[in-house]
Amino acid sequence: MSQLFENRRARFLELRLRRKGSGVPFAPKPGMDPLFDKCPQCGQAVSKLDWQKTTGVCPNCGLHRPLTAYQRLYTLLDSGTFRELNPTLTGRDPLHFPGYKEKAAGLHSRTGLGEAVVTATGTMDGMSVVLAVMDSRFLMGSMGVAVGEKIARAARYAQKKKLPLIIFCASGGARMQEGILSLMQMAKTAAAIESFQKSGGLYISCLTNPTTGGVSASFAMLGDITLAEPRALIGFAGPRVIEQTIGQKLPEGFQRSEFLQEHGFVDAVVPRSEMRETLVRLLALHSKRR
Amino acid sequence: MAKELTAAQRVALARDPRRPSPEDYLHGLFTDFFEQRGDRLFGDDRSIVGGIARYHGRPVTVICTRKGKTLEEHLQAHFGMPEPEGYRKARRLMEQAEKFGRPIITFVDTPGAYPGLEAEERGQADAIAQNLARMSSLTVPFVAVICGEGGSGGALALSMGNRVLMLENAVYSVLSPEGFASILWKDSSRVEEACEVMKLTAQDLLELGVIDEIVPEPEELESLGTRLRIMDAALTKHLDAVVRLKDPARHRQEKFAAMGEAWIRGGKT
Repeated sequence: MSQLFENRRARFLELRLRRKGSGVPFAPKPGMDPLFDKCPQCGQAVSKLDWQKTTGVCPNCGLHRPLTAYQRLYTLLDSGTFRELNPTLTGRDPLHFPGYKEKAAGLHSRTGLGEAVVTATGTMDGMSVVLAVMDSRFLMGSMGVAVGEKIARAARYAQKKKLPLIIFCASGGARMQEGILSLMQMAKTAAAIESFQKSGGLYISCLTNPTTGGVSASFAMLGDITLAEPRALIGFAGPRVIEQTIGQKLPEGFQRSEFLQEHGFVDAVVPRSEMRETLVRLLALHSKRR
Repeated sequence: MAKELTAAQRVALARDPRRPSPEDYLHGLFTDFFEQRGDRLFGDDRSIVGGIARYHGRPVTVICTRKGKTLEEHLQAHFGMPEPEGYRKARRLMEQAEKFGRPIITFVDTPGAYPGLEAEERGQADAIAQNLARMSSLTVPFVAVICGEGGSGGALALSMGNRVLMLENAVYSVLSPEGFASILWKDSSRVEEACEVMKLTAQDLLELGVIDEIVPEPEELESLGTRLRIMDAALTKHLDAVVRLKDPARHRQEKFAAMGEAWIRGGKT
């Protein structure tokens, strides 16, 4: 019976994805131009249709705007194969932090997200995978107990089913509102990934803008293969904190994807338009089928 | 210490320079210490000291953070904020402990990992992440002690023990109270309030299931002898317990997998 509901739910989400599909990253606010949306980086007026076609990449300057988790999944998974894992899992309010519950509830009703990460299974070019995709609209994609738990469960699920694991990171780091328990999620996720990798599992980590703090210093940096979208901010400490510490301006391009690749922490910088085919290639290289 | 202190007072105590340092415990409780230096990749970070020593006759690997006592040492050690080399050295020593079947004991007192330009260049995030992953699978028993400041990922990167002990007036948090106030309230003057809200005292963390035991402190900050005696008793008790674990790696994985379990809603297992 619960299987039936789960199937229905998956179907519903799938339909919703197709309908809303790869729309502009954010719903237009009143007063916004209905047809054009300026690129926040180069200022070029780009038609909304073009934003859709490029899945949020500016045709003029190549800026990669954030994608919502469901949009990202839509660009990656074979049609009709999406099945969400632990869709109803959410966190609580361990510190009784003023306003936190209300903020999370508001974000839930505005975005439809239960938490800052969506975990799912599906196929890519016919190959089964487990995917976790973070969504920066939900409190900067920060990791509290629920995010840590969903990532750990996704890794355990992949381990049990012997499937590859792909995580798209987009996060400011640990969630301050859940205090020390957020910090402990770094340990939890790293332990789950380690156990998965030791069992022979393939983990591909995809870093998108931004991947910093407690997320960069845990599961994000543990990939067997690490990919990054162009010009994503990736680092442990935020640029402002570093500038304050060392008392000088940071060089252009510091902590960007290309910088990390140059310093040996990223295998490849992959534009969004090539992400799916790159992942499919890597999956095939690790697949037992010939 | 019978007096009830506020969280902010404990933060001040945890940072007090007169407080005995991790190295004081190292030299007071261990014999035959042989320091091992360097990460074999880039350099030797002076904010982390580690090596082989005997604890009541038993060879162990000990790793301590170090703030330094003189100005020169402070600067050398970034006031106890490790660079990636420090974490990588710690990992090297832990892996060696695993190879030779030695228990691991760490003493942690750090404001956090050093947020510097070179630290980022050389992969601070990577160094911490690798430590977390590796600590979860070490096959030898591991006891961690938070002695002063347990600052964020920089402290966690040395503290994934089978047992995590904490001194009564130590603090352990996701971020400094100053950072917390300035990020969440954009008001760094609300530090005292942040200390209360964050739940960073040993008592709070025991209740949240993050630590296993509070090590009591005498009222006098500098009373090293009494402190050593109390620490020795606690450490002996917990080390004896973890040495008897059949599968320390699995114990650690299960321990950290359960962190925050009580604060999850929905999602069947």
